Amino acid sequence: MRIGLLADLHANREAVEACVKALEAAGCGRWVILGDLVGYGAEPGWVVDWVRERVADGAIAVLGNHDQAVVAGNADSMGPVIGAVTAWTHSVLDQQQLAFLDGLPLQVVDEDRLYVHANAAAPADWAYVSNRLAATKSLLATPAWLSFCGHVHEPALYYLQAGSASHFAPGSGVAIPLSSQRRWLAIPGSCGQPRDGNPAAACAWFDTATRQLGFLRVPYNHELSAQKIRAAGLPQVFAQRLSEGF
Amino acid sequence: MPVKLHAGLKIGEFTLVELLHEGGMSRLWGVSHAQIDVPLLMKLPRIDYGEAVSQVVSFEVERMLMPVIGGVHVPRFFGSGEFEDQPWLVMQQLEGDTLEALLKLVPLAPARVAQLGALAAQALDDLHRQHVIHLDVKPGNLLLHVDPTNRQERIVLLDFGLSHHVDLPDLLAEQFDVPMGTSAYIAPEQVLGVRNDPRSDLFALGVTLYQLATGNLPFGTPTSNHGMKRRLYQEPIAPRSLNPAVPRWLQEIILRCLEVDANLRYPTAAQLAFDLLHPEQVALTGRADRRQQGGRLAGWRRWFVSLGSRVERSEGKSVDASRAPLILVAIDLKQSNPALDEALREMTRRVMQTATDARLACVTVMRVARIGVEPNLDAEGRSRHVKRLIALRHWARSLNLAEQRITFHVLEGAEAADALIDYARSNAIDHLVMGARGVTGMRRLLGSVSSRVVAEANCTVTVVRARADTPRDPDADGPTPGA
Repeated sequence: MRIGLLADLHANREAVEACVKALEAAGCGRWVILGDLVGYGAEPGWVVDWVRERVADGAIAVLGNHDQAVVAGNADSMGPVIGAVTAWTHSVLDQQQLAFLDGLPLQVVDEDRLYVHANAAAPADWAYVSNRLAATKSLLATPAWLSFCGHVHEPALYYLQAGSASHFAPGSGVAIPLSSQRRWLAIPGSCGQPRDGNPAAACAWFDTATRQLGFLRVPYNHELSAQKIRAAGLPQVFAQRLSEGF
Repeated sequence: MPVKLHAGLKIGEFTLVELLHEGGMSRLWGVSHAQIDVPLLMKLPRIDYGEAVSQVVSFEVERMLMPVIGGVHVPRFFGSGEFEDQPWLVMQQLEGDTLEALLKLVPLAPARVAQLGALAAQALDDLHRQHVIHLDVKPGNLLLHVDPTNRQERIVLLDFGLSHHVDLPDLLAEQFDVPMGTSAYIAPEQVLGVRNDPRSDLFALGVTLYQLATGNLPFGTPTSNHGMKRRLYQEPIAPRSLNPAVPRWLQEIILRCLEVDANLRYPTAAQLAFDLLHPEQVALTGRADRRQQGGRLAGWRRWFVSLGSRVERSEGKSVDASRAPLILVAIDLKQSNPALDEALREMTRRVMQTATDARLACVTVMRVARIGVEPNLDAEGRSRHVKRLIALRHWARSLNLAEQRITFHVLEGAEAADALIDYARSNAIDHLVMGARGVTGMRRLLGSVSSRVVAEANCTVTVVRARADTPRDPDADGPTPGA
């Protein structure tokens, strides 16, 4: 079985559609959503509905810090610029959509895999996995053989060894066979708001039979997503960064 | 506790048949499988208490890499897993001995050394093109196998426990402080911890060829880290000083492989194979005539160069074989169209300029009536051959390429297209450049050489046409657009 993984979708409908199409072409039949469905982008309603439908079909989704802030309608939690988007998002989602976000779990364990938005060492504190030390903490906090998280927008793969975990920057699209003799932590990268200088949407797949992991970069119509952000009157900077991927 | 292994034990879908080899690092069992009818080998590393961690990780690396590499120069992979605590891996068992078996016969005849070296370099080229660097090339890991279908020899590479895949996580990269490799063969940069340079394999192959040609190891078999580092500043004794039967061209090739600065070695395994296959075309330098050991001055030079490579280590960039391509330009000496000649030269110039490590083979085909006739043996044939070589050199003169970047070859064959396609395949040519001729009555009758080469060669083909030479009848010549 091949699982498609999306993280940090950030209300970007075009990016989600493109990633889903690419992952379906790669043979994915199940979905895992690693949090931050909303925030920054102009189509939170569409993205929440899409995830809700998948979850109704057995997909797994976890809560992200933006999802939590939007549910609370908390415009102050991440500064005034993001706060404006948070308040706007809260205002355009209906009660059912907000209730769905509110009901998302912080983490889910499925067989030998852990799905969580932030660092597994303190998932509710929204700690990042942005370096080898943080990755080591996250890996040591769970017995799971393979963890997936988001929150950090750059794709990465960490693996446990003596000392600090090692870091690998995926880039070639080559499927990576994950050894069962050590433990791994994979970050698919942000679907809806890439920040590594490449505007293409990021996502990943994992094959439970072959134990292979694939990182994908999918080009999508980011100009359209940016237009929608401007049309909604959201801060310009969130439109601009989509075309530059910063 | 390690599992007790015995004949008849079922591991995964495989059944143990007999213990074939009991080594210090692992055991090899012959195994069978109900649906697989090729001979199979199961490798099981020792996991007893006290075994080195590096050994365990090495096997993990091998299990990770073997399923993703393929081709005729590696054993076919059939599966891997864990049986209780015991990891295992099954691959095809190939007939043949490793080159280690030849070590009791050294020194080998130089022609045989070159032949084996070319086969090994071709195998490494295949591996490097799959983005994998072996990092433990030595006689014991080079299996000489005779293909039962065509009776041709080839080298199959064994043991990928230290290998590095450019696009996959490197489980060995930073885990161990000691250099990983076999002390007699390991490249100097590898001693310093560099694991992403394909030219490290060319150094190790150079040590192997040195050993086959002289019976000696150029840097001995040091047992300490310090001893291994000695190759950074100590020049090896020249092979011809140990065995005068070694020709100058072979010494040139071997010593170039053993350069401490990887930039001075062959840029690719394919270029090394090319020189080993064409001894008469090897550009000789001071290496060919070196005697004994370079003096203290040469040692210092080597040492300074090695300091430089230590700086490079931190950059951590790996070399892409595609930046040092082998280019073939096919020249039809019979045709006389100055515009096409110039267009062909211009295209060749452009292709050679894009990659500074590119090498050019200028090739022409001398038609012989049929295979089996050897016009080369008589005086007339020799003079026809020499005449063509002179013409090729004349054709290439204005390209102004340094001697070591260009070679000249007169092929013989009944069909020009067949000769070019065969040559490109057996010499691992990356890019073939040739001219399209105008429309002639003969062309209509016989078909075009270039269209066959485009269709059948296993490399990139560029067909050059002089602007004024556009064929009037598009069906008559060359590949049609989009072909």
